[in-house]
Amino acid sequence: MSKHLIEFTDISKSYDGSLVLDELNLYIRENEFLTLLGPSGCGKTTTLRLLGGFETPDKGRIHFDGADITDLPANERKLNTVFQKYSLFPHMSIAENIAFGLKIRKKSKSYIEDKIKYALKLVNLDGFERRSVDSLSGGQQQRIAIARAIVKEPKVLLLDEPLGALDLKLRQNMQYELMRLKEELGITFVYVTHDQEEALMMSDTIVVMNQGYIQQIGTPEMIYNEPENAFVADFIGHSNILDGTMLEDRLVEILGVRLPCVDEGFGQNRPVDVVIRPEDVELVSPAEGCMEGTVTSLIFKGVHYELDVMANGYEWLVHTTKHIPEGTKVGILVTPFNIQIMRKPESSDEKAVEVDV
Amino acid sequence: MVKKSLQRLYLFLIFVFLYLPIIVLIVLSFNNSRTRVVWGGFTFDWYISCFQDEKIMSAFLTTIQITFLSALISTAIGTLAAFGISAMKKRGQTICLGATNIPLLNADIVTGISMMLLFVRFMDLGFMTVLAAHITFSIPYVILNVLPKLKAVNRSTYEAALDLGATPLYAFYRVTWPEIRPGVFSGFMMAITMSLDDFSITYFTKGPGVNTLSTMLYTELRKGIKPELYALSTILFFIVLIVLLLGNIRPQRKAQQL
Repeated sequence: MSKHLIEFTDISKSYDGSLVLDELNLYIRENEFLTLLGPSGCGKTTTLRLLGGFETPDKGRIHFDGADITDLPANERKLNTVFQKYSLFPHMSIAENIAFGLKIRKKSKSYIEDKIKYALKLVNLDGFERRSVDSLSGGQQQRIAIARAIVKEPKVLLLDEPLGALDLKLRQNMQYELMRLKEELGITFVYVTHDQEEALMMSDTIVVMNQGYIQQIGTPEMIYNEPENAFVADFIGHSNILDGTMLEDRLVEILGVRLPCVDEGFGQNRPVDVVIRPEDVELVSPAEGCMEGTVTSLIFKGVHYELDVMANGYEWLVHTTKHIPEGTKVGILVTPFNIQIMRKPESSDEKAVEVDV
Repeated sequence: MVKKSLQRLYLFLIFVFLYLPIIVLIVLSFNNSRTRVVWGGFTFDWYISCFQDEKIMSAFLTTIQITFLSALISTAIGTLAAFGISAMKKRGQTICLGATNIPLLNADIVTGISMMLLFVRFMDLGFMTVLAAHITFSIPYVILNVLPKLKAVNRSTYEAALDLGATPLYAFYRVTWPEIRPGVFSGFMMAITMSLDDFSITYFTKGPGVNTLSTMLYTELRKGIKPELYALSTILFFIVLIVLLLGNIRPQRKAQQL
């Protein structure tokens, strides 16, 4: 694919003695929509701030377009940030806000005016030039913040949970809007969020982080379908994560039942984590399933029902469109393709995975 | 109905107690009679002779110099201190604010005497010692006015300015300063009023020959009451009033604009 635009090499950063990032290595390709995804305190915002130039790493280098930018101050970097709290300048009008960066660059008046018009059109807020910041809603302010960042024509736009403060409907609209913007501008987006749905929907590449370590890098499909460890599996959506034993290639034992699967190369009799997505669990009659269970709860979720099924001492989470009342005896069936096997964490790097999933 | 009128009466009485003395003073300053008990007609004479009195005018000049110099310097120091404090961690902030607030609560006379004891050790009492004393006791007021504004300033707006290519100095001037300016301004006004009406600290730290309006008033009143002093007190009252109004109206109008 295209070339590496940004490269983090062995980046470490700690605040007050507590390590936030430990030897992080990451590259970002040109024109990709990359999302840093993880729970709060996982180091995703710190990574973005290091890139923006608001923090300096304790160790390691950052390269941008071939040049070392580790010690370059924020105002000299060719990238712009959309901040979580909008951070518009309250005492300036919308036009002044957008023009701020251009005036510093000493652009001509007509150029600036054209740019303001163009940027406002791009974020669907034509004619807002003279409005004050306080007269705008949260969503509109966020659009202005984006407009202000893109008029400088950065090669990379950094977005720090830009939709965090918006309500659900608005957030969904803005997600489509951001994807459209990305298409129109044709630049690289580095996006930080803790919302896995947002990440899955918008990204080309997702970087799942936890406690300063990268857990998995991959396309949304890879992250969702083939999580590398229990943390990723759990964070990307509710899942059934079970302790299992890989007896041999293509055969795993969970809850005392041997199941065929499609994974190989784990060795023989190795303990593993097994992930089965709730929508991949089929409920059949007790005789047909590979194990027998009882429905213990039933919740209507709109698109589907969410069921808890107690079987072999484990409470399975199941999504189904069928209405199966509580107390019904059912059989659980999982096709080999839908069983995802993951190594148990071993090294200290991976320990982070075990904590509070 | 009865309750309401009682409330009004109570409020009225409070204002009478608060403002009657000042009103009496103002009325007397226009009284064309040397005694306090007789109304001798309306006159500006006391104001005119007040401005012709050398002692009064020299004290007036000294007061203006000390007030403005001390307010300017303490505003500068206090604003910088507020920046430092706001950058501290919680614990350091509490300690620092406590340390700056103690002189605020301390009895003026204690502050005055202790400053005098300190100053006589190193220099002669005079204009400079009064100025130093005024700067010192004004700083906490400035900090108290600037700090809340500084805390309300979103740190990320400053970072956003950097992000858009501004140098740290330009970012401060264009983004941070406009947001804390009202606080700095009201701190400055507060320093002016504090300096203007201070008596006890000035009294202890001033050297012979140096007089501000308040210490001059005190020494003159001991010799006997001259009607010029009513006029002077009235002027002083209105200066403080105007400064206070300026300090209060400005931030309010700002708030309404938003």
